[in-house]
Parts: sequence; structure tokens; C-alpha cells
Amino acid sequence: MIDTSPSLALVVVAAALTAVGVYLLLERSLTRVLLGVIFLSNAVNVVLLVSGGRAGGAPIVDYTDEDSMSDPLPQALILTAIVITLGMTAFLLAMAYRSWQLNQHDEVQDDLEDRRVAQRAARDEAAYLSDDDGTTTLEQEAAEVHDETGDDGPPSSGPGTPPSSAPGSHAVPTPEGGDAR
Amino acid sequence: MNGLSLTDLTWAVPLPVVIPLAAAGLALVLWRNARAQGVISVVALSLVLVTSVALLVAADDGPLVLDIGSWAAPVGIDLVADRLSTLMLTVSSAVTLCVLLYSLAQGLADNNAETPVAIFHPTYLVLTAGVANAFLTGDLFNLFVGFEMLLVASYVLITLGGTGERIRAGTIYIVVSLLSSMLFLLAVALVYAATGTVNMAQLAVRLQQIDPDVAFALQLLLLLAFGIKAAVFPLFAWLPDSYPTAPAPVTAVFAGLLTKVGVYAIIRTQTLLFPDGRADDLLMWVALATMLVGILGAVAQNDVKRMISFTLVSHIGYMVFGIALSTEAGLSAAIFYVAHHITVQTTLFLVVGLMERRGGSTSLDALGGLARIAPLLAVMFFLPAMNLAGIPPLSGFLGKAGLIQAGAEVGTPLAYTLVAGGIVTSLLTLYAIVKAWNKAFWQPAPEEPREVALPRGMVGSAAALVVAGVALTVVAGPLYDYTERAAATLRDREQYVTAVLPGGRGEGRSADVTDEARREGGTDRVEEGSDLEDVGPRGGEQPAPPEEETGSDEGTDEGGTP
Repeated sequence: MIDTSPSLALVVVAAALTAVGVYLLLERSLTRVLLGVIFLSNAVNVVLLVSGGRAGGAPIVDYTDEDSMSDPLPQALILTAIVITLGMTAFLLAMAYRSWQLNQHDEVQDDLEDRRVAQRAARDEAAYLSDDDGTTTLEQEAAEVHDETGDDGPPSSGPGTPPSSAPGSHAVPTPEGGDAR
Repeated sequence: MNGLSLTDLTWAVPLPVVIPLAAAGLALVLWRNARAQGVISVVALSLVLVTSVALLVAADDGPLVLDIGSWAAPVGIDLVADRLSTLMLTVSSAVTLCVLLYSLAQGLADNNAETPVAIFHPTYLVLTAGVANAFLTGDLFNLFVGFEMLLVASYVLITLGGTGERIRAGTIYIVVSLLSSMLFLLAVALVYAATGTVNMAQLAVRLQQIDPDVAFALQLLLLLAFGIKAAVFPLFAWLPDSYPTAPAPVTAVFAGLLTKVGVYAIIRTQTLLFPDGRADDLLMWVALATMLVGILGAVAQNDVKRMISFTLVSHIGYMVFGIALSTEAGLSAAIFYVAHHITVQTTLFLVVGLMERRGGSTSLDALGGLARIAPLLAVMFFLPAMNLAGIPPLSGFLGKAGLIQAGAEVGTPLAYTLVAGGIVTSLLTLYAIVKAWNKAFWQPAPEEPREVALPRGMVGSAAALVVAGVALTVVAGPLYDYTERAAATLRDREQYVTAVLPGGRGEGRSADVTDEARREGGTDRVEEGSDLEDVGPRGGEQPAPPEEETGSDEGTDEGGTP
């Protein structure tokens, strides 16, 4: 049985990668978040590697002595994890690009409804209109809600968040739409 | 039990994963033909439903264990269909089938670029396969793979069409989910470092042998990862932000299934891997906070979709409460509640989708008069809504009553606090639901509603789920018996362990491998067990000072060896 005590060097590497990853993950820009995810996943992969103990020979029967084989399982797990991370990286990149297409930036934006609820609370208003006729006030206010990320004006064309009524703020061509047909 | 295929259904265990995956591939190939895709999806999910019901019946006699590729359990990956997993599988496949029919009807009704059908069907099928894999697997890393399958599919579904609002919401959802996946993978790595296995049955044995503090740390890490997925109290903020923007069927299936997969994972790990209940008090507080904060959020909302998203968060608290009780009654009630909540929450989201279609909005200020113009819709909202709030004859009441009873049986002050919290939450749910009812259905319409005909397929499939929710009440007796047996199985870990690990294995399945492994496994386990006391604590604790030298040595070794 091979020595299974963890290697300090790898643990330090994993810790450093995690720190960098967490820092980047807390950024608002999707591209940096993406980098953070990559760092973080590599940190986890290194931890997986550590979990298998120290390196030995290739785990092939009749090629390496069984006592000096390295543990193949963590390597299989890492390979799986790498493949998954690759897919996620591609997807996040596509999202960052799409976000840039729509908003000219790739920053994570605040939820409008959250801001609306918060503003209502700040003005000490009821959660819904108590009189049944005036429906304009909240919507007018909503139209004035600005996103903190933006010098790009009101981020959404509509007051509410109805998904079916084309909330995309500008008339941007939809490349995915072409695929879909 | 042994012998022919119809009496021994072990061969059918992987079908709920394999069928949707194969169908997803086929649907992707046929991306030009929306009709063919629809047929494939419906046939595949119907087959899954039939298989699940068959497994549900078969698993009542004992867990079915299948070794993938005939490699016996500790070496190979295994699928385990026991009472809990087959029950979850059955409920989830029934719900996914109904949602699929709903989305088909919707796709036929408005064939627009916001719901690109060509992508929808394959992704939806992969999602189903991922959920089934998560329910059936008996291997911690395979559970991670199942999670990833369903998460990746959900990333695509939540950003379907790529509109600005969905990209915004999807970003939050995806980044949070990625983080939880990383934490889960980290937990898997540390579990492997501490015990040298990722097979759950073997973990059940070995986690008892390592330093309890290390085991507790691993438990907390796993709980953290699953807690994000299940959307429990401090970790739920992503859910109400992201769910409401997706198309109605997508939100419905997310609300019904994804959080429940997290709850399932919590149940499985808490009962099988960490039965000593060290995290129970923590879970109790988490459950209380989830219930109360979630429902207060729902009360504050002014948008129906967001409101029921918050009730979703809140009611996860009930399930965690049942798990944290760590008694058979608590577990049984929690499992019953999961089955009830999957059905009801999905129904509500589908019905709200219909309301949005009919009334043109989901804002409670813009809706009105729906009871007059769409009385059927009113009934379809009223029944699941009252069910959710827990009005007596319905299954929501039975689930809550079971939880409260189980809490009272435990009888600690904390348990009674939770019981009180549960009752308050139930009342506040009623308040939030009735508010929505008053505004959307009873108040005079703010403006004269448009004449919109609701597609029959959408109404029909949503109505089928409403009926299913009511049917849960009718069959509550047998169902409760089943969940009690399931809870008993969960508490009796020996049954699971002996079913999975060689030695106690039934006859006939992967026999040659099993026999061999049984002989080796018997000695093997003892040997490694004695090893564990050395390996375990260090793996979890990170390097102790004396290891520094060996550590740096290893670093150079690793460079040199290849």
C-alpha cells in the first residue's frame, strides 16, 4: 500500500488557487467570475489529486508492482471533473458574450423586482395597492428604477418582469433563434 | 426473486436514466422535426413512468442493486433502487411527463423564438435523466455526476432563448450552482481522502471508523453543498431571483424537482452516512429560519410567480424539519411531504403560467376578475393553493400534521419551537395565497381583459396534475404506509449496506464477480478498516507539522516519477 499522507506542496497550491478563485468569483464581471470558476475547479482537482496519496507508478497490472501503484480512482474523478468544467466554461463564455451583446457589458445586474420591493419598504408602502383603480404609480416608479451598473439608461423597456413579453431591452438580433428553427 | 426478468426487475433499474439519455440523443438528431421530437419525448418519459411504477412495487420487497458493467459494488459503480428512491422517481417522472405535455401544448400554441423547441426537448430529457441518476445512484461521485447532468440541462433551460431578463437571472443561478458543485466535489475529494471510497454503502461503514470530528466536518461540507441546491435558509437567495423569469413549464419542473433532489441528497446522506445526528440541532434552526424567512418573503411579494417561489423556499423548511427530527415518524412525514410538495408546487407554477396567459401579467396589481372570466382556472388555482397552505382534507394538511405529530413525539423545546414555526408558516402561507386569490380572481379587473383562448393541452395537463394532487390525498393512507416503510429502511442502514456490498447480496446478479469479490471483500474490508484510523484523520485535517518534510519530498517525487 502506498503512502497516503498528503503532500504539503499540493495542499498549498490548492489553497492559493482557492483564494484566487473565491476573490474572482466575488467580482461583478462575468469574465472574471469565469476565471474564478476555473481557478476554483482546478483547486478542487488538486485536492482530489491529494486525496489519492502520493504518486506512484502507472496503475497497470503486470507493468507496475502493485505496492507502488498510484491510486487510479482520483485520476478518473479528476478527468470527469475536468470535462464538466470544460463544458461549464464554454457555457459561461457564451453567456458573457450574450450579456455583452444585449447590454454592452457583462456585469451581473440586480434584480428589478428586488429593488422595487426594497424601495416600497423604504417608502413604507403596502406590498400591493390597496385601492383597486390606480395601477400606474408602481409601474411609473418601476420605469424610473435604474440599474446600478448602468450609465446605459433604464435597463428594461417594460415595468414588470413578464417573461413572455420580450423583455430584451434592445432589438438585438437573436442568433440562437436562427439555430432553433 | 431470482430468475425471469419479470419477477426480478434488477435489469430495469438503469432504464430511467438510459431511456431519456438515448431519447435526448435521438431528439437532438431530429432537431428539424419538432413533431418527431415531441413524440420521442412523450414516449420516453411514459416508459420511464411505467418503469418507475414497476420499480416502486418491486423495491417494496427490498432494495434492487445493479452493478454497472458487472463490476461488484465497492469497485464498480452501483445503482440502488430502494423505497425512497423509487418513490421519488415515480413522483418526479409523473410530474415531468405532465409538464412535458403542457410545454408541448404551449409550443404548439405559440411557436416563437423565446422557446426554441429544438433545444428544449433534448435538454429536458437530459434533465430527467440527471434527476433519475441522482435518485438511483449508490455512489457519491455518481451523485455528483447526476447533479451535474441536471444542472447543466437546467442552465440551458433557464436561459432559453437568451433574452436579457433570462440572461440576468440565469447568471445568478448558474454562478451559485457552480459554486455548490465545487463544494460538492471538494466534499467528495475530502471524503475519499478520509475513507478511501466513494461508494455510499462502504462509506456508511467506514465513516463510523474515522475520527468523529473529521466525519462531522465532512457532514457539514456535504450539507452546505446540498443546502445550496435545496435552497435552505441562508443559501436560498438565488432561487426567487432566478426561477420566475424562465418559461412557465421550465419554472414548474425546476420548482418541483431540482430543490427536491437536494432534499433527497440530504435525506440520503443524513440517514445512511451520518446516522448519529450530530447536525440535527443545526438543521432544526435552519428549518425554522427557512420556513419563516421564506414565507415572510412570500407575503411581501406582489408578483404571483415570485410569491410562489418564496413559498417553495419556505416549504423546503418543513422537509428539513422532518429530516432533522431523526426519528422514523419525522422521516416518514418528510418523505410524504416531498411527494406532496413536488406535485403541488409544480401544479401551482403551471397554473400561474395559465393565469399569466389569460390575464396578461403575473403582477397582482394588473390581474383581476379571473374568477369570472375563467372559472375553471380559478378551481385549478384554488385546489393546489389550499393544498399548499394545508387546509384539512388535503395532502398538505396530512403532511404537516404528520410533521407536527413527529415533532411533538420528540418533545424537546426545540422541536416544539419548530412545531410552532410550522403552524405559523402554514397560516402565513394561507395569508399569502388568499391575498393572491383575492387580487387575481376576485378584485374587479383593472382593465377589460383580452379574449385569450387557453390551449386545451395546457389546461388538460395542468388539470391532470391538480387531480394528481387531490389523488395524493385519496391514497394518503397507503402512501403514508409506504413512506413509513421507506423511513424504516432508511433508519435500518444494515439492509442497504448488505444489499450493496458483497456478502449479503442476493443470488443471480453479476454472480461471478460477486463471488470473487465476496471472498476478497471479506478480508479486504478488515484490512483497510485497520488502515483507516491512520489515514482518515490526516486526510481531513490537512497536513500536520511533522508531515512537512515528507510533503516536500513528495512534491519532488511527483515531478520525477512520470
